[in-house]
Amino acid sequence: MFSRDRWDEILQALTANKFRTFLTAFGVFWGITILVLLLALTNGLKNGVTSSFGNFATNSMFMWTQGTSKEYKGLPKGRFFNFKLHDVATLKREIPQLKYVSPRLQLGGFQGANNVTRGTKTGAYQVNGDYPEYIFQQPIDILQGRFLSYSDIEAKRKICVIGTDVINGLYDKGEDPLGTYIKVNGVNFLVIGTFKASNSRDQEEDANTIFIPFTTFGQAFNSGDNVGWMALTAEDEVSITTLKPKIMELLKASHKIHPEDDRAIGNFDLSEAFGRVNGLFAILSLVGYFVGALVLMSGIIGISNIMLIVVKERTKEIGVRRALGATPWSIKSQVLQESLLLTIISGMVGISFAAFVIFIMNYILDSNGPVENFANPSVSMSVIFIALFILVVSGLLAGLIPANSATKMKPVDALRTE
Amino acid sequence: MIEIKDLQKSYQMGSNSLHVLKGINFNVKEGELVSIMGSSGSGKSTLLNIIGMLDEADQGSYTLDGVPIKNLNEKIAANYRNKFLGFIFQSFNLINYKTALDNVAMPLYYQGVKRKERAEKSMHYLEKVGLADWSHHLPSELSGGQKQRVAIARALASDPKVLLADEPTGALDTKTSYEVMDLIQGINDEGKTILVVTHEDDIAQMTKRIVHLKDGLIIDDSKVEQVRASVHV
Repeated sequence: MFSRDRWDEILQALTANKFRTFLTAFGVFWGITILVLLLALTNGLKNGVTSSFGNFATNSMFMWTQGTSKEYKGLPKGRFFNFKLHDVATLKREIPQLKYVSPRLQLGGFQGANNVTRGTKTGAYQVNGDYPEYIFQQPIDILQGRFLSYSDIEAKRKICVIGTDVINGLYDKGEDPLGTYIKVNGVNFLVIGTFKASNSRDQEEDANTIFIPFTTFGQAFNSGDNVGWMALTAEDEVSITTLKPKIMELLKASHKIHPEDDRAIGNFDLSEAFGRVNGLFAILSLVGYFVGALVLMSGIIGISNIMLIVVKERTKEIGVRRALGATPWSIKSQVLQESLLLTIISGMVGISFAAFVIFIMNYILDSNGPVENFANPSVSMSVIFIALFILVVSGLLAGLIPANSATKMKPVDALRTE
Repeated sequence: MIEIKDLQKSYQMGSNSLHVLKGINFNVKEGELVSIMGSSGSGKSTLLNIIGMLDEADQGSYTLDGVPIKNLNEKIAANYRNKFLGFIFQSFNLINYKTALDNVAMPLYYQGVKRKERAEKSMHYLEKVGLADWSHHLPSELSGGQKQRVAIARALASDPKVLLADEPTGALDTKTSYEVMDLIQGINDEGKTILVVTHEDDIAQMTKRIVHLKDGLIIDDSKVEQVRASVHV
């Protein structure tokens, strides 16, 4: 169907009126540019917002205790309780789909007050008692030394890993923090590592943080085997949200809480929140497709319109061609192919132009530093293929009506028109 | 070559029906050069269109080279037109964005002839009408007579059985008309069957047989002494 002769025919017809062809093509060019740009911007917004989730493992939830709100087994309501270390062991044992369960303890931070000193320098920092696997849930970049290990946990070593802001506050410029001691609430800790928060939701808070082994925290600051709060991450193939009821059930049972007391244990389900944001952006890209497709459609209608005019103008030529032996299908397919070619070429140029604009945007974003809630506008290859598919379909649709009208007239009438 | 029996055709003009052909009986043998004459409205163009399969008759039979022409769908009609017939129009009907050579090549293109062979054949026919030097000119760069000669070359290109010329000299001055008729006579001399519709008497005299149409009927059909167009050139 696409022989060289046919190409020549189509190109001759399209180049016969270059300016008009150009203007027609511009409609589709513009439509597809808008479509791709809208999707890229949506994507940029999505990238920006999801990066504010940090790179915390998204299939996670946080849990903490609140007061009970129902009497149960002779215990009053309004009772306060703490998670214990054995809860962590129970959860890990009973629910194997949980990948990580990190008990955490915290000092300072939002609780305020200067709590850390080194020589004459002093500062208020957040002190976290953590287990080694916490680094898998909230990735951080270790700059020097190492993160906590299980032997630290078992030996209850008084060691710490400190953030960049802690270094800035407690050390002189150029001083090596490794091997030095800092005093947290009067207890000396050996600095074994430094870290930088990697692309996180709250880099400032993270950089202000000191990590120490969980067990050391309990012993040094008298919290025993209490757990302040827990960060739980499920295996990739299971949603943490589906595990939540079972987790709650286990914890309620072990702490003698009424099974229907929903207020006793607080939680924040990151995967649910993440899912909501994802859902929002799914809708946004749908809107992008919709609006882009509508703009594209006006371009398509433009092509259809021009093809109708072209067919009208060439009524006589079509009559001549048919007198010379052109079958209706060969006339139809030529009109279809003309509109298809016009759509695809202008669409390709549109996609390239949009890609260029995206490149410029990224270049500006890169050179001017990050912007809040917007990062790396881009479209995937699949979007490009979808756009191309839309183009092909719409090119055919655009040619359909003109192609039919081209052969509707009897050849004798077509020859008679002036 | 052409056998027509009791051919009738009427057009619906609003509520009135216009009976254009009222029963034509007409035969053309191979190698004839026939002119169809008549005043406007006599039905001569309608007859030519039916012979050219551009239009269909209401009644009667039409056989072309032994092939009955009836109940054609557009695809078959297009094939028959392409194989059997060559058209020459009053207003040339060249495609204005194609060169003379490409115009001549059109019927061959629809026959599916290969590119190279097509160019060779078309060039051959352009030479035949004396326009080899103009092969790469657009119709807008040609004179009326040249355009009609390109059109004749185009009609010949598919080597049809019958040439149908609808007022081939209608848009040309006398001198050019005679040149075109000279060419047509030459083609007829080589054995091609040709039908010419005209209302000019001098053109009709250059054919071998004149058929007079009036009000949808043949009123006169007689052989004439052919006047060679070259006498006038």
